[in-house]
Formats: sequence, structure tokens, C-alpha cells
Amino acid sequence: MRLRNLQIILWTAAIVATVAFFALRWSSAGMQDVADAAFSPSFSLADSEGTQRTSEEFRGKFLLVFFGFTNCPDVCPTTLSEVAQVMDDLGPDAAKVQPIFVSIDPVRDRRLGLREYTEAFHPAILGLAGTDADTEAAAESFKIYFAREADAAVADGYTMSHSPGLFLIGPDGVWLRQFAYGTPAAEILSDLRSRF
Amino acid sequence: MKSLFLSTALLLAAPAAFACGTFTVGDLTIEHAWSKATIGADRPAVFYVEITNGGSTDDALIGITTPAATMPMLHETVVTDGIASMPHAMSIPVPVGETVALSPGAYHGMLMGLATALKEGDRFPVTLTFENAGDVTVDADVLSLRAEGPDCSDAGQ
Repeated sequence: MRLRNLQIILWTAAIVATVAFFALRWSSAGMQDVADAAFSPSFSLADSEGTQRTSEEFRGKFLLVFFGFTNCPDVCPTTLSEVAQVMDDLGPDAAKVQPIFVSIDPVRDRRLGLREYTEAFHPAILGLAGTDADTEAAAESFKIYFAREADAAVADGYTMSHSPGLFLIGPDGVWLRQFAYGTPAAEILSDLRSRF
Repeated sequence: MKSLFLSTALLLAAPAAFACGTFTVGDLTIEHAWSKATIGADRPAVFYVEITNGGSTDDALIGITTPAATMPMLHETVVTDGIASMPHAMSIPVPVGETVALSPGAYHGMLMGLATALKEGDRFPVTLTFENAGDVTVDADVLSLRAEGPDCSDAGQ
């Protein structure tokens, strides 16, 4: 009988926890929709010189933020090429936009050379490669996914999967929108111009 | 006179237009083989190409080799639920009557273990192995890091 009571208590607790979990998830998802306008993702990550850079220092500029890794042959170069094209086409307005490449593979990217990578696409692109903890914090703040996947057949035995979107942050630090992977540079450019 | 000389020089240079050669093996036509300049030799290069099957049997690209890299592989960029990953492509189907493109954001060759950095203007051979048609070696031209593809006057031919 005592065991039965314990079972009831445990089952009740489990059900309450499950309901609470989904209720919380549901309400936070709902709140996020309502509060999207106030979503201000942040980062604090080291640049190629080892200086800690934070999202706050770029207030006053639009940020184009992309998460990726330099050992990536297809997706990352394609997006960075588009960003480079946008920066070229902005002309004098380029000063209003700071493109940022956040490494999700920071140790290897620092070893391979972050700055030479971003500069090869465009000198305006700032490459950041923080500690693992800083990188995870930034990804969480931007609500992006990345993971290291074991792959014995490739260099170093792993590759990365990640959210390939390009994120636009306003001069006040507030999240404005995402450009899906493959959005042409011209579309990004006209969106930016409409906001100046 | 100067402009005549210039245009003659351009005409002579025209056959060397980048990544615009055509290669055939069996009923397959292979065009627009290109790659992008790399930043150093430690990061993988990419290989893109278009294959048209003009025959009456389906075929498939099952492998690539090149002296430019020790570990060339076929990959596919897949974006599922907002996550990009690059699974291996063991075999890329080339069905009858269709043109299959290895192109940015889709199927691509990943060239790991580069012998040397690829510079814009370089050209290197790549041997494609097809299930039925066998092997064919094509010239891949290295375009700029920011290139989106070759600019051929005969494109779409």
C-alpha cells in the first residue's frame, strides 16, 4: 500500500513536470513571437588578434552576422562571397554595416588563420573565434544550431553542421531578420538600403 | 590598328575562356568544370561541373580523382530544418536526358589534401568515374574566390 502511494506521488510529479515543461515551452515560444521586436542577440568573442569583441561595441551600425567554419568548401564561401558583394555594392553606405563571421570551429579556425580567410573575401568582414564557452553562448543567444559531426573520411576526422542563415541586427542591437542561405546579394543590398 | 590588334588577341584568347571546355565519354557530355581559388593549401577546395546524359541508360558519377588533391570526395550540401550539413554522396545519379550540376549549395566535389593552394587562372585535371560510361578526365579551371560560376558565351548550349 505504501509503495502504491509512492507510485501515485511519483506519477503525479512526472505528469506535473511534463505539463509544466510544455506549458513553459509553449508560453516562451509565444512570448518570443510577441517580443520579437525586443530580441537582442549578443556575443563576446575574441577576434584574430585575441581582443575580446562584444555586440555592444557595434551599436550604431547594422550587423550582418554569419556563423560558419573556414574548412567548409561550399556553404560558407558562398555566403561570405555574397556578403563581400553586398559590401562592395553599398559604396559609401558600407560604413553603416559591419559584417561579422563567427567561427563555430574556433580552435581549428585560429590554427588555419581566421583573418587571412575573412580578408580574402572582403577586408571589412570581421572574423571572430572565441572560446568554446563563448561560442556556445553566442550561438544560444542568436538561437542558432551547430554541431561537430564525426567523419573519419575528412580532414581532422570531423565536420560541422550549422544554421547557414545570415542575420541582420539593427543599429540598436535588435534582431531585424534572417536572410536564408542562398539569398542573392542584390536582395540583401536592397533590404539594407531600405533601412538607411 | 591598335584596337584591331587587341581584338585579334582577344579572339585568339577566346578558346581558352575559363571553364568552358566540353568533354565527352560515351553518351555523357561534361561541361563547365570549375573550382575556386583557395586561401592557402590547408583548407579544402571545391569542384563543380555539369554532366548531361544524352544516351538511353541512366548513369551515375561514383567518384573523382585529381593530382591536385590527395582526398577528393563527392558531397552534397543539404539544408534540412534550417541546418546545413554535408553528407557524402556515394553516387550522384545522371538520369537519361537530364543535366546534373555540381554547383554551389548542392552536390560538389570537396578536394582535401591540396598539393598547393589553387590560384585564380590555374587549371588542373579531374578524372570523373561513372558507373557505366567509365572514366573521363576533364580540365577544371580555377575561378576567383567569389565566382558564382563560369561565364561562357556558349553557356546553355
